[in-house]
Amino acid sequence: MATFSGNRGLQMEQPLIFEQGSPDRTAVDLPDVPAVGDRLGGLKRQQPVGLPGLSEPEVVRHYTRLSQKNYCIDSGLYPLGSCTMKHNPRLNEKLARLPGIGDLHPLQPVSTAQGALMIIDACARWLMALTGMPAVAMSPGAGAHGEFVGMAAIRAAHEDRGDARRRVLVPESAHGTNPATAVACGYAVEPIPANRRGRVDIGRLRAALAPDVAAIMVTNPNTCGLFETDILDIAAAAHDVGAYFYCDGANFNAIVGRVRPGDLGVDAMHINLHKTFSTPHGGGGPGSGPVVLSAALAPYAPVPYVVNEGDGLSLVEYAAASDGKPCGRIKGFHGQFGMFVRALAYMMSMGSDGLKQAATDAVINANYVMARLKDVMTPSFDGPCMHEALFDDRFLKGSEITTLDFAKALIDEGYHPMTVYFPLIVPGAMLIEPTETESRQSLDRFIDVMRALAARAVAGDAERFRNAPRFTPRRRLDETSAARHPVLRWRTPAVDRAAE
Amino acid sequence: MRYLPLNDSDRRAMLAAIGVADADALFQDVPAGVLDRPIALPAHQDELSVERAFQRLAALNLAPSSVPCFLGGGLYRHHVPAAVDHLIQRGEFLTAYTPYQPELAQGTLHALFEFQTQVAMLTGMEIANASMYDGATATAEAAMMATRIAKRRRIVVSGGLHPHYGDVVATYARFHGLAVERLAGDWQGIEDAAAAVDGATACVIVQNPDVFGRIHDLTPLAETCHACGILLIAVVTEAVSLGLLRSPGEMGADIVAGEGQSLGNATSFGGPTVGLLAARETFVRQMPGRLAGATRDVDGRRGFVLTLSTREQHIRRDKATSNICTNSGLCALAFSIHVSLLGEAGMRRLAELNHARAVMAAQRLAEIPGVAVCNETFFNEFTVALPCPAAPVVEHMAAAGVLGGVPLSRLFPEDPLMTPLLLVAVTETATDEDIDRLVATLSAALQA
Ligand SMILES: Cc1ncc(COP(=O)(O)O)c(C=O)c1O
Repeated sequence: MATFSGNRGLQMEQPLIFEQGSPDRTAVDLPDVPAVGDRLGGLKRQQPVGLPGLSEPEVVRHYTRLSQKNYCIDSGLYPLGSCTMKHNPRLNEKLARLPGIGDLHPLQPVSTAQGALMIIDACARWLMALTGMPAVAMSPGAGAHGEFVGMAAIRAAHEDRGDARRRVLVPESAHGTNPATAVACGYAVEPIPANRRGRVDIGRLRAALAPDVAAIMVTNPNTCGLFETDILDIAAAAHDVGAYFYCDGANFNAIVGRVRPGDLGVDAMHINLHKTFSTPHGGGGPGSGPVVLSAALAPYAPVPYVVNEGDGLSLVEYAAASDGKPCGRIKGFHGQFGMFVRALAYMMSMGSDGLKQAATDAVINANYVMARLKDVMTPSFDGPCMHEALFDDRFLKGSEITTLDFAKALIDEGYHPMTVYFPLIVPGAMLIEPTETESRQSLDRFIDVMRALAARAVAGDAERFRNAPRFTPRRRLDETSAARHPVLRWRTPAVDRAAE
Repeated sequence: MRYLPLNDSDRRAMLAAIGVADADALFQDVPAGVLDRPIALPAHQDELSVERAFQRLAALNLAPSSVPCFLGGGLYRHHVPAAVDHLIQRGEFLTAYTPYQPELAQGTLHALFEFQTQVAMLTGMEIANASMYDGATATAEAAMMATRIAKRRRIVVSGGLHPHYGDVVATYARFHGLAVERLAGDWQGIEDAAAAVDGATACVIVQNPDVFGRIHDLTPLAETCHACGILLIAVVTEAVSLGLLRSPGEMGADIVAGEGQSLGNATSFGGPTVGLLAARETFVRQMPGRLAGATRDVDGRRGFVLTLSTREQHIRRDKATSNICTNSGLCALAFSIHVSLLGEAGMRRLAELNHARAVMAAQRLAEIPGVAVCNETFFNEFTVALPCPAAPVVEHMAAAGVLGGVPLSRLFPEDPLMTPLLLVAVTETATDEDIDRLVATLSAALQA
């Protein structure tokens, strides 16, 4: 039934901000501007920006209504595989905003920011202890940026020996950032297939390894949610030809507090603080991607970094001030400090005992989902998984229902879908990562829904799936036309008409 | 352990359902001897203890919000309306993931579409993306983008560009195998960047206002660049300036990279902040990062999706325009909410207020014997020359409870000409009394 307003109960329609207000209104009262001459050199703006004006109540209502169109971890299970959507503690948010923390300026004298350097240093020490690695570069902005730094350090180390090398081996199951990063560091990417058990095919890896290989980039636990059983041999094989082992640490949550990547032969690994260490994803960011480094790669860490030499902490901001051979600078200032605060607060709250328990519970939860769904869906690989359970679309065969349809039906049931169509090596992949912050009751309800949906799918109720979602503020959106005729901003109706 | 819902009886029941004797059986693929090696870290703590620990650490810092603060050099202290922080902490924004399932993320996507529009409007460009990590990485990505568009491999970097930005461009370029020509720190404002271009040049990167605070008319440089098939990349580190200055787009920039922290975001010791990236629409397929776009749902209603993802790593892998995945979504939202609160009139007024307060402070500082203001033009930040090295003066002032500015030797450690120069930023947060204290402590420090 259509309503007169277009709203449906709690689901409110909301126009764009540009379709509201009037230019003379504002939600920010500011004092009068003192009458002093200007020093703008005649370069004052002549055209209006084109922004709408609204009062504070209107702006607050606008964003509140927008927020109500979002699913979030606060409101429900968010089983996006590879993304580690765990609970984001609110203590962390409070601490990141304390005076003397949130208001610190990166260029205030270092003597006035000793507490800040201690936070960076403490966060670094926790990460080094948990990974069993001797060094960490703290400044990367997110996981992919950490990959860039790790691979840049690897290239710098090779170049230092006069042997830059040419190729980087990347398993086909890897996240897209891995090959993109290798290319950004000037390497050619060579894909390595997986074996039938969802692990790196070590025979194919060995065959591809040669003295022109700079590094292998292996995710562990991998993107199929499996621990790489041959990890020690993989590391040794890489090292035998003088290549480095870059580990994608996005899935560290499965093993944190229990397995130290340093014990597996890893030379560099980024850690997504916005996954394992509970900092919020914020609808796409910001993140933070510190990268731990072996002793051989540590000298190539980028500037700036904190040095703790007993008599106070200092900041090395320039290559010339470094006793290493920094690969450069990769970010404007000292890294995602606000995220270090949150991650450190989380690590201190959890402690080594709590982190170990978190990894264990994450693995129990994923295996529980696997155990209770494997008779109605098709698990892609045998044996226990780590923190995420991977299924594929074989159970949908003959139903004319796709993985995407199945995901959309889950939306109607009040759940965010699992990751779909990733990893690429599994056709119609469905990767479920419940995380340790879901209760058993919550998992049971989810599992019951998944079983019911699987049963309907097998029974041939294709309509339910193809028409889903039906209860969301918007139903399926036309992504093809969005890409074919991109509309990437609002324009005044007059400009829009002229363009047509 | 307050973040963990399972208890021992849950675990036992679940392990039984899984069909294993204990949780260690689930870790059977971990090589022998590697599982559970001792890790020397403290045990878990209650919330109050953790909070106290952070309060102690915070107390070791001089909090810029508690003293007169004139720090700039890329990040700026502004008043952020209370509504911003309230709204971005709504769980629906804070604890959502990247909007890969658009039906469950219309809030984030709608807000990103508005953010992109605001950034395009403020910079005077046709389109903008959904954010980068920060201004420096946005600049480096803009340079990489320009080399792909121009199909040339040389980047010219103005001496007015923030040196950290120049360093990040140099790092990215080094690993991409591109050549970078960096002009010397141009504190006198005499540089002729056009003279540094040649047939191999893909782009020229200039900052406005530049790192010393000067305002430039980019029009002549843009004309020279365009005559040679070169792209002009304009960098803005103080987004508030866009409310009062002629926009980079109006002056002919092809790509604008910027730092958006000033609007909506805390300085947070340098991060997280929000990188802005705007460009001409014809370059869209070379743009890095996410883009939100408008479309229709099956019922014909307007809605939003992430689009043109064939540029991105998750689709294109080694052929992607960038490796970026996670960006600065929530900081972009904060930026956007602040801009929405300000509106046209507020944006203009905030910028005028910044400028006026900076003019007042510059006049007062110029009256101190031995102190000279170097800039003819500036927005809310300018360079002053002291009769002695600036770094110890800044330490002196900090000891007296005033964060008096950034010594340019910190940004240009290898250039002795920068030693006596002090970069002073004055925003709407500086009161008359703050300016009095700036003048008094600087005078006192010069006499010490
Ligand atoms: C396996 C894997 N690698 C790398 C990344 C990239 O990390 P980020 O998004 O923090 O850049 C992700 C996350 O999206 C991931 O899941």
